[in-house]
Amino acid sequence: MKGILKLAYKLLVNDKGKFAALLVGITFAVFLMVMMTSMFAGILYRSSSTVINIGAKIWVMDPAVNTVVSSIPMPDYILDAVRSINGVKYAVPLYSGGALVKLRSGVYQSVTVLGLDDTSLFGRPELIEGNIADIYADNAFVVVKDSEFPKLENPKLGAEFEINDHRGVVVGIAKVTTGGLFGIPTLYTTYKRAIQYIPSTRYTISYVLVEPKSADAVQYIKQQVGSLGYVALTADEFKQRISNFYKYQTGVGTNVLLMTIISFIVGLSISGQTFYTFILENLEKFGALKAIGAKGKELVYMILFQATFTALTGYGLGIGLASLLIALAKLRLPSYAAKIAYANLGFAFIMVLIIAGVSSYIGVRKVIKIEPFDIFRG
Amino acid sequence: MASLAMKANELVKWFGEGDAKTHAVREVSFEAYFGEMLYIEGPSGSGKTTLLSMISGILRPNSGTVTVEDKEIWSLTADELAAFRLHTVGFVFQDYHLFPRLTTIENVAIPLILKKLEWNESMNIAMQYLEVVGLKERAHLTPVKLSGGEQQRVAIARAIASRPDILIFDEPTASLDGDTGRRIVDFVKKNILNEKRCILIVTHDSRIFEYADRIMKMEDGKITGVTRGGPNEK
Repeated sequence: MKGILKLAYKLLVNDKGKFAALLVGITFAVFLMVMMTSMFAGILYRSSSTVINIGAKIWVMDPAVNTVVSSIPMPDYILDAVRSINGVKYAVPLYSGGALVKLRSGVYQSVTVLGLDDTSLFGRPELIEGNIADIYADNAFVVVKDSEFPKLENPKLGAEFEINDHRGVVVGIAKVTTGGLFGIPTLYTTYKRAIQYIPSTRYTISYVLVEPKSADAVQYIKQQVGSLGYVALTADEFKQRISNFYKYQTGVGTNVLLMTIISFIVGLSISGQTFYTFILENLEKFGALKAIGAKGKELVYMILFQATFTALTGYGLGIGLASLLIALAKLRLPSYAAKIAYANLGFAFIMVLIIAGVSSYIGVRKVIKIEPFDIFRG
Repeated sequence: MASLAMKANELVKWFGEGDAKTHAVREVSFEAYFGEMLYIEGPSGSGKTTLLSMISGILRPNSGTVTVEDKEIWSLTADELAAFRLHTVGFVFQDYHLFPRLTTIENVAIPLILKKLEWNESMNIAMQYLEVVGLKERAHLTPVKLSGGEQQRVAIARAIASRPDILIFDEPTASLDGDTGRRIVDFVKKNILNEKRCILIVTHDSRIFEYADRIMKMEDGKITGVTRGGPNEK
């Protein structure tokens, strides 16, 4: 079998023009599919950045909340009620809101402010400069050094700014697992300072972050929170809810899906057409092989091998090209939200296999039907 | 006395149905022997290519039998027929049907690769057969860089590489000038034909009749006569 496959390989790659056209078709399709799905994955990942960065196991919120930024404030008693549920190890409040800061240069900049529980500072980021205890100092804020950091004019420790007519001082510079989706810088402070500095409604708790005593307690906690008229979601469930919102309620998902389908169709058309032409041009030769003594299944193996080899090579090139472009884009645009996940690669791989399958099916049908007698007849 | 290479008995083949039904071969019977060069001669449409296809296991007859080595080939399965063609029959097609993307040596090695020999071993054997047809130096060129006569010899090398008992040539001189055609057939008679091999040639080129041991004349799907080959024997 090895010899036959080597023969198939040589027949394929020695026809440089056709092979190049096949590779271009599949590479282009994979490139587009990976770019589309990676961009979408990046958007979804970043849309859950606060959930990822804070790291709480359970999030208690209003049932109408779809994304972290669209939090609906809850009354203080919810925190006490949650703390009293059996199976809760501890529960802390989190403030999440937006504000405008006035920088030293006089420029106004939108920011996201996260107010951490004053006692535990649960969900605090990892500091790369400064001391976390300084967050208790007057007007103290910790700035996240991510792709949006320059928008705050690259502040150093001790840098000052104005936030709703209050003085703010940078006491720490932190790093987080992932940056946000909306291109605005993030400030951390204490919960009390957040609700003091930023005007808010009567209720102030955006989320209650819960640490269960054990995994078994999660279900009970969810039930009990539900009976309060609120909802408790595990971090994964919350991320899924955010993803679902962007996928199904914003049009982003539909557009990306459409673009991905178009990429698939373009790739399928180019490679299917080229492979079909390749088979047609070699049809007589396949007939001659049949006349010489090649079995039908051997010809099928040859075609499947050619299609699979082309598909996998195109897949590799497409992935490489997409990775290169994303890396280059991130060099120029640090906030570029594209993320190549295993799911993207798996999806593109399945699509490429379908392209190879359809292309080879057309070829196999032709080759199986060719009669060696036609070769004699000329 | 030469031994029997193959026997065709009452072969019938028609194409189409109803008013469009055309009889290509009508109850043709003949025998071919090892060590002989048997020509099937006749005008276009006389049924000689159809006959050749039926005796080589390519085209199933409507009735009749073809016996090779005591086996009725049309009782074989599709895979067994393919194996029969690979091991017992060698083909030299009218247009050679060489693979333009493969080198000469790779073209010759195709039957050996189909016989599941290792790639390198196939190449070594193919080189031996290229030497037989005098094209060893051209082994690594593609067929498009060879002349018509050289391509014909590559096709012959490919046909004999699997050491078939029966070698079939379809109009071997159709694409060649007279001298080259005669040289090729002369070469085949002197170097390829032997006591363990039978060569069947379909042709209507009278310039090569002198090399035939027997010439079977076909007309309207029937054998209308058998003559001995060579200008003095006609």
